Formats: sequence, structure tokens, C-alpha cells
Amino acid sequence: MKEVDLSFLRSLLGEYEGDPHALIEILQRAQEHYGYLPKEVIAEVSRVTGTPAAKIIGVATFYAQFRLNPVGKYLIMLCKGTACHVNGADGIEKAVSEELGVGDGETTPDGLFTLKTVACLGCCSLSPVMMVNDETFGSLTPQKAVEILRGYRGGERS
Amino acid sequence: MRIVIGEGSCGIAAGAEKMYKALEPLKNGFSLGITGCIGMCFLEPIADIYDDRGLLLKRLVRVTPSDAPRIAAAVTSGDLSSLSDLEITDDDASFLSKQTRIALRHCGRIDPEDIGSYLADDGYRAITKVLKDYTPEQVIDEIKTSGLAGRGGAGFPTWFKWDAARKAPGDEKYLICNADEGDPGAFMDRAVIESDPHSLIEGMLIAAYAIGAENAFVYVRAEYPLAIKRLKKAIADAEAKGFLGEHILGTDFSLRLRIKAGAGAFVCGEETALIESLEGSRGMPRLKPPFPAQKGYVGKPSNINNVETFANVAWIINHGGAAFAAMGTETSKGTKVFAITGKIRRGGLVEIPMGLTLRDVIFGIGGGIRGGKRFKAVQMGGPSGGCIPESLLDTVIDYKALSATGAIMGSGGMVVMDEDTCMVNMAKFFLDFTTKESCGKCVPCRVGTKRMFEILDRITKGEGEQSDLEKLETLCAGVKDGALCGLGQTAPNPVLTTLRYFRDEYEAHISEKRCPAKECPALRRYRIDPALCRGCTLCARKCPVGAISGAVKEPHAIDPAVCVRCGACETACRFGAVIAE
Repeated sequence: MKEVDLSFLRSLLGEYEGDPHALIEILQRAQEHYGYLPKEVIAEVSRVTGTPAAKIIGVATFYAQFRLNPVGKYLIMLCKGTACHVNGADGIEKAVSEELGVGDGETTPDGLFTLKTVACLGCCSLSPVMMVNDETFGSLTPQKAVEILRGYRGGERS
Repeated sequence: MRIVIGEGSCGIAAGAEKMYKALEPLKNGFSLGITGCIGMCFLEPIADIYDDRGLLLKRLVRVTPSDAPRIAAAVTSGDLSSLSDLEITDDDASFLSKQTRIALRHCGRIDPEDIGSYLADDGYRAITKVLKDYTPEQVIDEIKTSGLAGRGGAGFPTWFKWDAARKAPGDEKYLICNADEGDPGAFMDRAVIESDPHSLIEGMLIAAYAIGAENAFVYVRAEYPLAIKRLKKAIADAEAKGFLGEHILGTDFSLRLRIKAGAGAFVCGEETALIESLEGSRGMPRLKPPFPAQKGYVGKPSNINNVETFANVAWIINHGGAAFAAMGTETSKGTKVFAITGKIRRGGLVEIPMGLTLRDVIFGIGGGIRGGKRFKAVQMGGPSGGCIPESLLDTVIDYKALSATGAIMGSGGMVVMDEDTCMVNMAKFFLDFTTKESCGKCVPCRVGTKRMFEILDRITKGEGEQSDLEKLETLCAGVKDGALCGLGQTAPNPVLTTLRYFRDEYEAHISEKRCPAKECPALRRYRIDPALCRGCTLCARKCPVGAISGAVKEPHAIDPAVCVRCGACETACRFGAVIAE
């Protein structure tokens, strides 16, 4: 296991010194930097801010945004909001899941893709929708979704 | 001339940014700009062509980068006649012309990243007027005259909340904007922030002045990165121009505005949960009273309003509360924004005066159901709302009338469903959502929604029993009465309304083991139509359990005793020969 470099976190914690309400912001920025919230990060936040680690874990597991494990290079956020549901999101999930061989919240063994279903991406008029990292894909069909993922995988090989 | 591309999230997802990039190198004798959400998501990407006085000459729809060269050439030459095939049809254009836009007045017209564009369109005129001529009490009076009510869902009179926060003892007060738009199917708040962030800021300035707050937060969903980016820029620009910060416009009034990104919890739309989250904790609702107006953020008097509510405020000051109150019904004043999605022909953002009927919006503006199917229901109010059937399409849009149906006005999500949507599955979908989003603090919500979900899950799998409906009704009543906050108290609504209007579908699932909409996989039966089957063997090869037999080029057949109803054959068949019933 690689050691986590905490220098970013330490300067980040310095910025919020004395602000007792900044826990969520600290965790958000730490996750943006580290990709997830490693144990070492939680321990350091606890040590510096004096917040019990149990409270930090409580917050981190309460909110859907936080991850305690690393994610793949491509994070697929598959929308399962109402409009997407009505327009066939279940079929898209099934196809994506079969293509990648992983379920919701899991990462492919090659570390390329993490599949995560989300409540609503707010692009309802393009439903069904998924996001791969920052790019949004709308009006999906099971086939189209699979082709998009194959495109990413192909891009990796070339 | 000027070409303006609609770059809201929906437009970008549909390819608006690629369109912009394709046009950029072709600029010759015209300028290129962006605007936010035009509201016609079904036609994205959209390119508007304006003349030099700012008059809209042509609206081009569903444009692609391959259209860029000829669009650029036509605009450069000044002769747009060759673009008529890309132009919006009159029928589609009626989507906008039938609306009354107050909260969305700048959306799709101004450049959200340019404060100058907002200033040129009456921007910051209302706050200037307020600081010069109004006492805080006069502002509250004007809002009272307007009849503005909370657009986030509950519909509580805005003036009353402002007044309570103003009168609450203490010098330190907080103003909070709830932009944690969590209802799946609603995206008006995202559109307002992405398309017109300064209207939100101006509305908040006026509210802060009225209640006496010097610190304010906008609590935005983390899932809205573009909204956060544009709001950040708007705040910086407003500060640079002296509309935010210390001694605004040379007066004693100061306001510091900060963005706090939510971290993905639906319950944080509940105001006390939102405050917990602002303070860096798990977003678990508090018992009320004390109300936020008495004890809110860090225990100080706080006032929370929704984005759309704030977006109306500057207009009300500029045009007078009476002008706002002149629109709408006896009990619901002004306009309301709806996000129409689902099986609708024209999906997008619609702002209409209260008092129109659901039919006016869904059929008159939205163009009815896509693909010639039959309307079944419209879901309003998300997980807290309900499904309204065809027989009630003439219900007037008004807080009271909608509540009488069992649904609610909600934040304005309108998900339209056709005959292919199973209402039991729909109820299960929402309960699945509330089970996941319940914060777990109170038992009725944490356990009650779970039990309801399990019963619905059983019914959709064909394992339901007659007594399940009674059990559901008992659970609904218990959760409604016993839950601590709005999330739990309203969680039974999707079940109650579907039981009320679509009981026959529940009955069919339970006693006939049949899903009338053919949506529930476990209740589907597959057969192959011998007249359509070409004997290509694809389905037989795809079937995971070997339930399909037949010789090459001969019609195949499915053995129902072996079939596990996975639907792989239906997806695989290229001739439409696999029939689900």
C-alpha cells in the first residue's frame, strides 16, 4: 500500500483553522485531491481539528459524495432519477453492469471504471443520462451506453 | 450580427460546447456569445442569431458542428434564408410564447458569466431602489402584497418568514438560500443559477436587507458543478462592482455571501437538516420549534428560502407587489416554474401563471405524449408528492387544488407517464429513494419506509398478497403521523396516490400476477411470433437458460417453464418477433 502524502491536507487544514463548521468542506477538498478519503486523511483531520474520528466517519458515510475507497479512472454516474426511471434507466444499468462485470459502487479489476448510481443529475430532459467523469451523455439506449464505455476503453488501448 | 449558444447543463450535454468551438474559428463579421438555459431542452443545442440592436432574428435548433460552416457563412453574408431548415417550427416556438416568465425572465437571454449583460437588463435596479427608498418593513410589506410563497415546495408565505426573522431578537442574523434541489425530476433551481446567477444574488440582497442579515450562504448541490462555477464568478463580479461586500452602494448595509456545496443528501433540503449540514455535521433534521427564524444557523435567527423564490424578488420590487399578485388564483399568486420531463413531446422548463390547468401545461405547452401513446399520470412533487391521473387533468395549478389531489405543488417537477409506466413500480421507485435518503433519526421513517418498500417489491415480483394493501395503508398512516420531518411525513404520498387512483394495477399484480403496463420483469411472459421470426437463432444463443428452441431459418419458440423472464431475447431480436405480455 502506497503511503499517503499528507502535505496537501496539512496546508488545507491550516486554511480552516478556527472554523468549527468546515468539516464537510475540508473533506470535499481532501477528496478532490486524493480521489477518496484514505484512513490516514481521516486520522489527520481528527488530530488537527480535534474532531473525533467517529464523527468524521459519521459525516463521510452520511453523504453520498464521500468515498472511503479509491475509484477507477473513469467514474460513471448513472442517473436513476424519476425522469430517467420512466425512460428506462434500469435497462441502462443492467447493460452497463453486464458490460463491465461490476455492480453499483464497484470498480472493475483493471481500475478503469467505477459504476455509481445517483439520484438525479438534473438533466432530466435528456433522460436517461449518465456522466463519465465530467462529460454528460443523454438520450441513452442500452446499446449506446455500452458503446460509449467501449469508446473509453478503446481510447485507453491506443 | 451575433450568434448566441444556449449553454446550460442540458445544452452542454446535448453538444452546445462543441457547437461553440466549431463556430469560433469561423467568426467573420459576427460575434459569438453564450447564454444559459433557454428552457427548450427538447431542441438542444440551440443557436440564436441576433441583430446588432439585440433583436432575435432566427432561432436555430438541434444544430450540430457540421452545420457550423453554413451557419457562419449565412450570418457573415447577412442573408439567413438558407438556414430555414434549421429554424424552430411555429409549433415548437409556441412552447415559449405560451409562457409568462418572471423568475426565468433573464434565462436564455443574458450571458450568465457577464455582469454587464445583467446590468443592461434592469439588473441591480431593485436593490438600488430598496437601499435608497425603502425601510426593511416596507420591503416586507411589498412582498406581502405580492403574495409570494415559498417555491421550494411547502408554499409558506415568504413575507411571514422574513418578518419573523426580522423581529427575532439578536443582532447577528443569517440568510440562507436552499439550492439543494434534490427532487429527482426537478431542475429549475439549477437552471436559474446557471442562467441568471445575479437575480439570485439580487433577491438575496433584498431579503438580507429586510431581515437584517449581514452574512448569507447559498447551499448548492455538489452535483451542479456548472451552477457553482457561474455563481462563484457572479459573486466575485458583484463584489467588484460594489453590490456585495461592505457598505453596499455607499450605504451602511453590508452582505457577505458564501457558497457551500452540499455533499449529496436529499434530506438536506429540509431546512433544519440543511442548517446541520452547513455547520459541518450529518444532515439530520431537528425538532421544530424552535424554528430557524428563532434559532437557526449557529443558534442565531436565520431565514431560508429557495432559489426560485429569491429569483422573483427583484421583479416584485421593480414592478410592485400588486403586479405580481394580479397573476394567479385566489390562494396562489404569481407564476410557478415547472420542469416537464418523462414521456412528454416537448420537455423543458415552463413558467406559467398559477391558475392554468395541468392539461394546459402538459398538452398545451408540452405537446402531449411522445410517440402516440396514451397519457396515464403526471407525478408532481417528487418523493413527497403523488401521481395525478388523467381524470384530474383539469385540476387548476394552485397550492390548494393540487394538495386536494393527494399530490403537492412541490418544487415543480412534473414527470409525465404513459401507458407503459407501471404505477406500482413507480411507487416502489420512490420508496426505494426515500429508504436510501432517510437520515435514520426517527423510527417511523427509517423502518416504516423500509417495510413499505419491501411490500411493494414483493407485489412487483408477483408475490403480493391481498392483505398487503391494507398493511400498506396502515403503514402509510403511521409514517405520515409519526415521522419527525417533512421527508418522512410525505414519503407515503406516492403510495397513497397510486393506491387511490390506480388500485386496479395493484390488484392485477396481486390477484392475476399480471403487470398491466408490462413493466415488471417478473410478471412478463415472453413468446415468439412465428410470423415475424426469421429463425436467425440470435435469441436462442442469447438466452442464458436455454429456454429457446428452433431450427435455423425456422420460427423459434420459448419454453415458459424454463424461461426466467430476463428479457435478453427481446433486446436481442432484430425483427420485433419477441413479444412481451
